[in-house]
Amino acid sequence: MEKGKVKNIISNLVTVETDYSVAQNEICFIRTGQSDLMGGVIKVAGNHAFVQVYESTRGMKAGDEVNFQGHMLETTLGPGLLSKKFDGLQNDLNKMQNLFLQRGEYTDALEHESEWEFSPLAETGQSIQAGDWLGEVPEKNISHKIMVPFKLEGMLIVKSIVDKGLYKITDTVAVLQDFQGTEHIVSMIQKWPVTIPVKIHEEKPRPFQLLHTGIRLIDTMNPLAEGGTGFIPGPFGSGKTVLQHAIAKQAQADIILFAACGERANEIVEIFTEFPKLEDPNTGGLLMDKTIIIANTSNMPVASREASVYTAMTMAEYYRTMGLKVLLLADSTSRWAQALREMSNRLEELPGTDAFPMDLSAIISNFYARAGFVKLHNGKQGSITFLGTVSPAGGNLKEPVTEATKKVARCYYALSQQRADSKRYPAIDPVDSYSKYLEYLEVQRTLGAQLGDTWVDTVIEAKDILLKGRETYEQINILGDDSVPLEYHEKYWKSELIDFVILQQDAFDAIDSYTSLERQRYMLYAVIDVCHTEFNFQLFDEIAPYFKKIIDMFKQMNYIEFQSNAFNQYWKVLEELINQKKAKEHEPGI
Amino acid sequence: MSLAFKKIYTNISHITKATCTLKATGISNEELAMVDGKYAQVVKIMGNKVTLQVFEGTEGIPKNAEVIFSGKAPSLKVGRELAGRFFNAYGIPIDGKHIPDGTEVEIGGPSVNPVRRRQPAEFIATGIAGIDLNNALVTGQKIPFFADSDQPYNQIMAMVALRAQADKIILGGMGLTNDDYLYYRNVFDNAGALTRIISFINTTEDPAVERLLIPDMALTAAEYFAVQEKEKVLVLLTDMTLYCDALSIVSNRMDQIPSRDSMPGSLYSDLARIYEKAAQFPDGGSITIISVTSLSGGDITHSIPDNTGYITEGQLFLRRDTDIGKVIIDPFRSLSRLKQLVIGKQTRGDHAQVMNAAVRLYADAMNARTKMENGFDLTEYDQRTLDFAKEYARLLLAVDVNIQVERMLDTAWELFARYFKKEEIGIKQQWIETYWKEQPENRIETNQELNHEHLGRINISFRNKEVE
Ligand SMILES: Nc1ncnc2c1ncn2[C@@H]1O[C@H](COP(=O)(O)OP(=O)(O)OP(=O)(O)O)[C@@H](O)[C@H]1O
Ligand SMILES: [Mg+2]
Repeated sequence: MEKGKVKNIISNLVTVETDYSVAQNEICFIRTGQSDLMGGVIKVAGNHAFVQVYESTRGMKAGDEVNFQGHMLETTLGPGLLSKKFDGLQNDLNKMQNLFLQRGEYTDALEHESEWEFSPLAETGQSIQAGDWLGEVPEKNISHKIMVPFKLEGMLIVKSIVDKGLYKITDTVAVLQDFQGTEHIVSMIQKWPVTIPVKIHEEKPRPFQLLHTGIRLIDTMNPLAEGGTGFIPGPFGSGKTVLQHAIAKQAQADIILFAACGERANEIVEIFTEFPKLEDPNTGGLLMDKTIIIANTSNMPVASREASVYTAMTMAEYYRTMGLKVLLLADSTSRWAQALREMSNRLEELPGTDAFPMDLSAIISNFYARAGFVKLHNGKQGSITFLGTVSPAGGNLKEPVTEATKKVARCYYALSQQRADSKRYPAIDPVDSYSKYLEYLEVQRTLGAQLGDTWVDTVIEAKDILLKGRETYEQINILGDDSVPLEYHEKYWKSELIDFVILQQDAFDAIDSYTSLERQRYMLYAVIDVCHTEFNFQLFDEIAPYFKKIIDMFKQMNYIEFQSNAFNQYWKVLEELINQKKAKEHEPGI
Repeated sequence: MSLAFKKIYTNISHITKATCTLKATGISNEELAMVDGKYAQVVKIMGNKVTLQVFEGTEGIPKNAEVIFSGKAPSLKVGRELAGRFFNAYGIPIDGKHIPDGTEVEIGGPSVNPVRRRQPAEFIATGIAGIDLNNALVTGQKIPFFADSDQPYNQIMAMVALRAQADKIILGGMGLTNDDYLYYRNVFDNAGALTRIISFINTTEDPAVERLLIPDMALTAAEYFAVQEKEKVLVLLTDMTLYCDALSIVSNRMDQIPSRDSMPGSLYSDLARIYEKAAQFPDGGSITIISVTSLSGGDITHSIPDNTGYITEGQLFLRRDTDIGKVIIDPFRSLSRLKQLVIGKQTRGDHAQVMNAAVRLYADAMNARTKMENGFDLTEYDQRTLDFAKEYARLLLAVDVNIQVERMLDTAWELFARYFKKEEIGIKQQWIETYWKEQPENRIETNQELNHEHLGRINISFRNKEVE
């Protein structure tokens, strides 16, 4: 029997009595009133299955009927996912007609009626394995690969494959035979359980090249590598979401997956409203065409928050296996951890720090491990770059989610309350933050090839100046303006120059928001040149006004099109300003 | 809430401070019941054992008390007749008038499908520069005042509500003192606004746990007016800290593992469920939520303001500025996250840059002050920032300012020109060319347009000026 009956109800944790041999993580539906509410088994004890229900359990009664489905929570994969808006369980939100979400309403992720132009890439008789490309269909601007279902094991033989033509997603496109002689009919859709990593690749080398985001504090100072991982912790209002949105809009990725996990609905509405109007600055294509949004906002059922990040990751793995560059953003991973906490408390499990489940750290690290750069069986490459936000309670970074994430994510973009308060956006703390990739030799090599041999050294020098600037600032504050040597003021203002011109970037300005790599290179060298200049100051209080003028000029440049007339004009004025104050010791004849 | 009850039992087996447990069958989760004449709700079902949370507490309930199940979740009858009325947490009139007629809907209903929402886009002018200039509000937004309990937040909120030009104002009072309740009533009455107001009130005299129903009641009424009547609805929730206290009372009594500050681990979700009811609907209606989260000693890292800040679209932080002796909207700790949707679009183009420049200069002043307090000499620039900060606080940040946005921007430009050089304000050349005012002698003090009533006189100002 695959049925059971509701016994106990505590909020969305329901105990089901059943004789059926339920599997851990198996999906079931609970008949409540007129609706079937979806749930997932999270614990089994004897003939009791503990089910977390993905909906409100209001109105549920002891004795309500439960139907087990014989499979785990799965994501449907196939052409037609791009530019869609899903909830955490992959329901297509657009197909839900009502203003309010109806409990128990589930909609198809894909269009069963649309036809796709399939072109075969494999031939009859060919030996093939899970994830290999059978054919391709054009989906928006990408070539969507139809792959051997990930669930099929071992080597298979292509018994037949259809000719080029129009097919529906459920039509048979190929028949494969496995080593035991069993035939498998393959269509354009397949399903995959969300919590299980798709491991279909030859190898997973270390990330070696930059993923360009157009944000100077990232690309120049703390580069995110393609296939790499990073996280953005920060107190509320410090700019996590604005930063992630900016990255989503600008990053040089083929596919953007945005998982809004337990955050604000209005923020997701902003994406819905803006993305369709925006162009991808890298390709000129429409941004929405390469984007998939998974919206499980904070007022949507708590249990599906956890599902939402896994659903997103599974789709990311699917597109990566097509040889694409996928960027996955999740805002906020803390909400997912909190959902785990709520459930663990209801199960009366032994709590860890701050009442989070004991295995939180392992869960987070397993999830981050699904990102990465891969070489596929056919020699092609694909990647998932993952960037999550963390919302630490009280803004205190000594809390379980931040600490567990810090152990696994390789880029750390710590947002500082102080910088946000003084409107120094993006508020990434330049001293505390880091990118481990900057230390990777292979990354240094590609950066060198792209931006010049001295690039990495220059970046490190800039970081050094920032650090020294902070130290001297403290000294000045302790000792007083006129009790420190003049050079302290100069050092401090040189660090402010880097801060204002390179680090600070207006996310809402059409030009400043996105900086090409070439421009980043130009500006960093220009600013470092000023830092190298020895100035001829007599009094400490001429230093600040002088640097403010320089900063103002540079900032005006940031707001103007790169190398336009006006841009070059400012540069000329700047050069004059600098020459006026330059220490003159090298002048011939003196 | 409907009183049409059905199943009756008299077999309570367990009684705790907050709950009763009895054997009963066919009972649904979250169903409303009456226990010994007191409202209660099903919070747990264990086979045929049902646990009810009694809102008023269980004092005096005997084991053989009558338990009557209603067969449905708490609900409210919604309709136009709600307008102008005062209710308690159960939706029962407390103004001595008849029970309004309407359609019965369950409170705490489902959320709006995110793809059916519209992006908030309508600027709400309040006349307060600390809000309009630095933290512009937008319809469909949710934003709390963060304030210590001695700050005049109820007064400010009432003032904002009246100026906001909402079709309906719904007041959800939780643990409101009777004085504050009467204050709201009077202010709304004096403004001739009572017909636009609907109130759900739990005062300090009522049982604390009843408060838990207030936001859902208020928002159910709000959804009716915003969705069915397509109106612009403003919901005022005060004080959400007292709401959270009630949550912690309940979770404590139910032996749940507390998370930080003895709040339940689900605090974030509990609050989000309420605040996310704020929305701009496609047909023009909207729900805007302005709330109060009272702080203790200005501590925003406490679990309640912290979780709130992670949910709401910014916060308005009240602080007494000792320089000018007035309450100001703190420009550093306040934030409106939706402001960029309207500033420079529905307000003048220089708005964003002027706002940022002024706050940056104010930050310089605060650094200069630290320097001064540490006994160091100030530079000439430091001195200028301090002078600027004082005027900025007096003319723009103080909550008693009541001027148009245009005037706020002009005031800021006049202050820039008076205290700074062009290159010190870091504003795009384009705006400097248009708005920089070269004659700082043109003193602002004499400007009669500025309106500085002392807060104590806000009542009077409502009578004289605020009536729309
Ligand atoms: N780069 C930026 N440029 C200008 N303003 C910014 C920038 N980043 C953030 N802000 C301002 O800060 C506000 C808050 O930013 P954001 O919503 O990203 O914070 P958050 O860290 O995601 O907060 P929460 O944890 O509560 O979600 C924005 O609404 C905006 O006003
Ligand atoms: Mg955010």
